[in-house]
Amino acid sequence: MLRFIGKRLLMMVPVILGISFIIFAIMVLTPGNPAQMKLGENATPEAIAQLEEEMGLNDNFFVRYFRYIGNALRGDFGKSYRTDLPVFDELMSRFPNTLTLAFFGIGLAVVIGVPIGILSAVKQYSIIDTVSLGLALIMTSIPAFWLGLMLMLVFSLKLDLLPAVSDGTWKSFILPSITLAIGTMATLIRMTRSTMLEVIREDYIRTARAKGASEKTIIFRHALRNALLPVVTTIGINFGLQLGGAVICESVFSIQGLGTLMITSVRQKDIPMVMASVLFVALTISVVNLLIDILYTYIDPRVKSQYVKTAR
Amino acid sequence: MAEHLLEIHGLHVEYVTDEEEIIHAVNGLDLTLDKGQNLGLVGETGAGKTTLALSILHLLPKKVGRITQGQIHLDGVDITNATEEDMRLLRGSTVSMIFQDPMTSLNPVLPVGEQITEVIALHRKDLTKSEVEDRLDDLLKMVGIPPERKHDYPHQFSGGMKQRIVIAIALACEPKLLLADEPTTALDVTIQAQVLELMRELKEQIDTAMVLITHDLGVVAENCDHVAIMYAGEIIEMGTVTDIFEQDRHHPYTVGLFGAIPDMTKEERRLHPIGGLMADPANLPKGCKFAPRCPQCTERCEREPPVIYTRSGHSIRCHLFDERGEPADG
Repeated sequence: MLRFIGKRLLMMVPVILGISFIIFAIMVLTPGNPAQMKLGENATPEAIAQLEEEMGLNDNFFVRYFRYIGNALRGDFGKSYRTDLPVFDELMSRFPNTLTLAFFGIGLAVVIGVPIGILSAVKQYSIIDTVSLGLALIMTSIPAFWLGLMLMLVFSLKLDLLPAVSDGTWKSFILPSITLAIGTMATLIRMTRSTMLEVIREDYIRTARAKGASEKTIIFRHALRNALLPVVTTIGINFGLQLGGAVICESVFSIQGLGTLMITSVRQKDIPMVMASVLFVALTISVVNLLIDILYTYIDPRVKSQYVKTAR
Repeated sequence: MAEHLLEIHGLHVEYVTDEEEIIHAVNGLDLTLDKGQNLGLVGETGAGKTTLALSILHLLPKKVGRITQGQIHLDGVDITNATEEDMRLLRGSTVSMIFQDPMTSLNPVLPVGEQITEVIALHRKDLTKSEVEDRLDDLLKMVGIPPERKHDYPHQFSGGMKQRIVIAIALACEPKLLLADEPTTALDVTIQAQVLELMRELKEQIDTAMVLITHDLGVVAENCDHVAIMYAGEIIEMGTVTDIFEQDRHHPYTVGLFGAIPDMTKEERRLHPIGGLMADPANLPKGCKFAPRCPQCTERCEREPPVIYTRSGHSIRCHLFDERGEPADG
């Protein structure tokens, strides 16, 4: 098992390197001059040329790429072109916000979505089932920005219960988390329902019934664990997505997160900031994926024996 | 009347399909089984054999399958309308079932030991934890699996071993009735023989009655004392193994079944299947259900369904035996 984890960690190196190369190439080879951006529209060509030289923008693409990688490996991710502050500090000040948001968003989706999915499957064709499927349909159809604004309107402006913009307190994370959770929740309801329905029809569930096991035992002991695998995968994927892509939610609630940081940096040609944030998100997603794969082995012994075999 | 272990009277079971079609899977079936008896239930695919077994356990697919008429008495108790709670107490303890495919009938994420102890813990509340563990070890030894493998998962066992584990689950609480639904169909021939041998031994040890559902007449001849032949949801012939295998008074369908077995002593160029297809259970013939395929079909067969004619315990549901046999109470 340890060998498997080690192997997977090693495999992350080429993945991260590949991503860094692609992002760097896109940033450098697309039109737009960082020196021009930094100095503004009224800068003289001489000033721009001088700054280009200082920033090392005139060097060969590969020289620039390997210089960047070399520095990054030493822990130096450079300074932001936009603010002149160290990139890493900015990243670290924003990452906790994104992580908190993703964590509570996904947490909420799991805590509500999975049980509704189970209930829906167990009571197939009942009113509960119809209602929860309808709910899931509505939830996938609601755009995040609209929901965010509506929640703000009701809970902040009308009822004055929760803050409308982020102030760093836990209360200010409630509305954004709900906004973020809705989409994933809908996916989880449908996913849990359909895999549960599949599993309930399996022969081993009939075996369990033939033993005289109670309905509760059948659902929780025999069916749920078998249905969990695709659900866990969905949770992992959505967690990764929300780490990098909660832009709308962050904008609506003015949260200083990674998503907005990346968008602004791309627009401003802030290459060091884009590189660092993308790499950081990529690394986090890889780690989350690894954790999900490790979790698999605890859910399904067949997966574990596969890993153990390949590790030999 | 002597107390029978299992008594089924006029059982009708229907399935409703998605297209609102009604499938008549079991049509007025009568069956009695005494303690310790071994009944072989033979018939082609779709004859309603598995449906019959599932009806006894009340495990018909929910909302799709239902018992519409008839009674089932198990061990002197009418269980036709028993509640789910009551059935739960019977399943696994008084009556248990072995399913067809051992590959899929064990839960892949639970160690096999746990799957066996589950049934013991459910029905033997008087046993302590360590007594349950001892019982588990005994059971595994009984079915020929080293007890130290109880922590392994189903995928670590072969098909034959999995079926042994399924058998251990079924026999763990020493049931009075064992329903074995084609327990060896999914296994290769050598393993089949081993598994059947094992079942025979264990059955004798704990004195269980068994309904053995199978396609294989050879398996019936070796393992059963009584035989029931099923066709389109009815038992069309029933008797002792001697009645069915050695006498020459048979339902035309039974004659066809035996005719379909290739004779090893003669050089045969072709097999002799029964012509035609199984009657469509959504649209059964009005008279005898076998009439469209029967080589001896008369006008009466197409018009009215035959009743059962019994002579010295050997019963046949066919008009051909009307004059020769004595009409039964059917």
